[in-house]
Amino acid sequence: MTVEVESVVSKAKSKRNLKRQNTLQILGYGLAWLCGLIALATVFWIIGYVLSQGLQVINMAFLTTRPAGGVSGEGGMSTTIVTTLYLVILTVVIATPLGMGAAIYLVEYAGDASRESKVVAFLVKASRTGVEILAGVPSIIFGLFGFALFVLYMKLGFSLLSASLSGAALVLPTIIRTSEEALLTVPRSYREGSLSLGATKWHTIFNVVLPSALPGIVTGIVLSVGRIIAETAIFWVTLGGSYHLPKSIMNSGRSMALHVYMLASETRAFDKAMGTAAILIITIILLNLSINILSRRLTKRLIGN
Amino acid sequence: MNNNHHKFVVKDLEVIYGDFRALKDIELIVKENAVTAIIGPSGCGKSTLLRTFNRMIDLIPNVQTSGAVIKDGLDIRQVDVVDLRKSVGMIFQRPNPFPKSIFDNVAYGPRAHGMKSLAALTEIVERSLRRAVLWDEVKDTLDKSALALSGGQQQRLCIARALAVEPDVLLMDEPASALDPISTLKIEELIQQLKQAYTVIIVTHNMQQAARASDYTAFLNMDEDRAGYLVEFGETAKVFTYPEKKLTEDYISGRFG
Repeated sequence: MTVEVESVVSKAKSKRNLKRQNTLQILGYGLAWLCGLIALATVFWIIGYVLSQGLQVINMAFLTTRPAGGVSGEGGMSTTIVTTLYLVILTVVIATPLGMGAAIYLVEYAGDASRESKVVAFLVKASRTGVEILAGVPSIIFGLFGFALFVLYMKLGFSLLSASLSGAALVLPTIIRTSEEALLTVPRSYREGSLSLGATKWHTIFNVVLPSALPGIVTGIVLSVGRIIAETAIFWVTLGGSYHLPKSIMNSGRSMALHVYMLASETRAFDKAMGTAAILIITIILLNLSINILSRRLTKRLIGN
Repeated sequence: MNNNHHKFVVKDLEVIYGDFRALKDIELIVKENAVTAIIGPSGCGKSTLLRTFNRMIDLIPNVQTSGAVIKDGLDIRQVDVVDLRKSVGMIFQRPNPFPKSIFDNVAYGPRAHGMKSLAALTEIVERSLRRAVLWDEVKDTLDKSALALSGGQQQRLCIARALAVEPDVLLMDEPASALDPISTLKIEELIQQLKQAYTVIIVTHNMQQAARASDYTAFLNMDEDRAGYLVEFGETAKVFTYPEKKLTEDYISGRFG
């Protein structure tokens, strides 16, 4: 008898427990959904607002005429599109080899070198920490650094070159870290396989390790491109703000983000600022889509169908 | 087969990782065009011994070796490591084809050594794949990714890749341990064919495999300090039927390990 009573009691208990578990489960599920929705809604609201305001002024003429300058903010945005493109290309050309080289050193060589010498070990550790700290430094700090070093000290002036060098310093931590992570995910067995065939370390890195890490490295580079397109403060103090088309890398210019800032803060043409912002957002969205497609293609090519 | 040339002579080999002694007092002779199996319980240093033959062990930080490994009369530490690894190919425990096409995998070694002619590469790829008994299965899909092959095919591809640089020795580190029984059998048959032209050293956990596939067997064990030492070495038929040491008998009959 007592056994039966006990089992009935424990059954009721476990049933109640189960109910509480279920309620908690539903509650947690609902909360997670809500958080996701709020985040998504905010993003869509911002994008939607900018696009709806901006698209009103966007037409072929706006995209193809030069900004006229002045307080009224007359004209289009054509030169800022081209300047942004120049800026992105020049920055990537400077930052990518440096960043990839640093990542290759840190992943493939630093370990051995650190074991051999305490000084090298210290330097490697310091540079790793440095990269991490730099990744969190606000862009205006890089801007001030670029202004002091490139614009004034090296006398490069407000120019595409000053801006690209500063921009490269800004995105270098991102490229180093994403490349480092990509290199670390390449299985050791690939390296062993190549070395066991008598290939040199250099050959192994260039022909097996880097191609396998390419999707990750490309992601890092495209993220940096996004950063260059979006940053404003750093280029305010290095690129200057000339709305003319730069004729050489020594000329000043105005990127799209800078144009938005200048239109909004110094002219009455708030609608044109919104129009430029809309183009900026569309560019960033397209860029993100292209990362997805590109890295999926690269991965597919590596893994096969 | 009846070649008495000594491909490798190992003299008083000792390997130390940091402050851990992995191998001690190893004395071994590897005969040419024969299959030598290295057996022993987990952690006794079989793979370490295998990796001394192509100096892959140098990749491990803080490794120290003493004694000598002599290949064709030359101490391998006096041979350029690239030349050594060209002549001593290696097959790993898990198939490790590169994420490239089948053709590029096999052509990788020759290309690394400077071969550029497509005609010559094509010929090497076909010859190597035929030797690894994979040609008929992949001849129409040479441009497909190697990672799309089955595990057994991948391992034979890795063998073809190793053969493409014209080695005279093949080191195999439990080459079938990640494969199904049928693929395992294919690899074992392949080993029998390969020993006509190559010297094969194979590490294996599988006693039957050692008994079936090898001509000579080296049995390693570890002492109280976990340092691996050679218990017995001889012709496989003899080691498996009339082992000299009690320990060998216990191990091959499955009483420990």
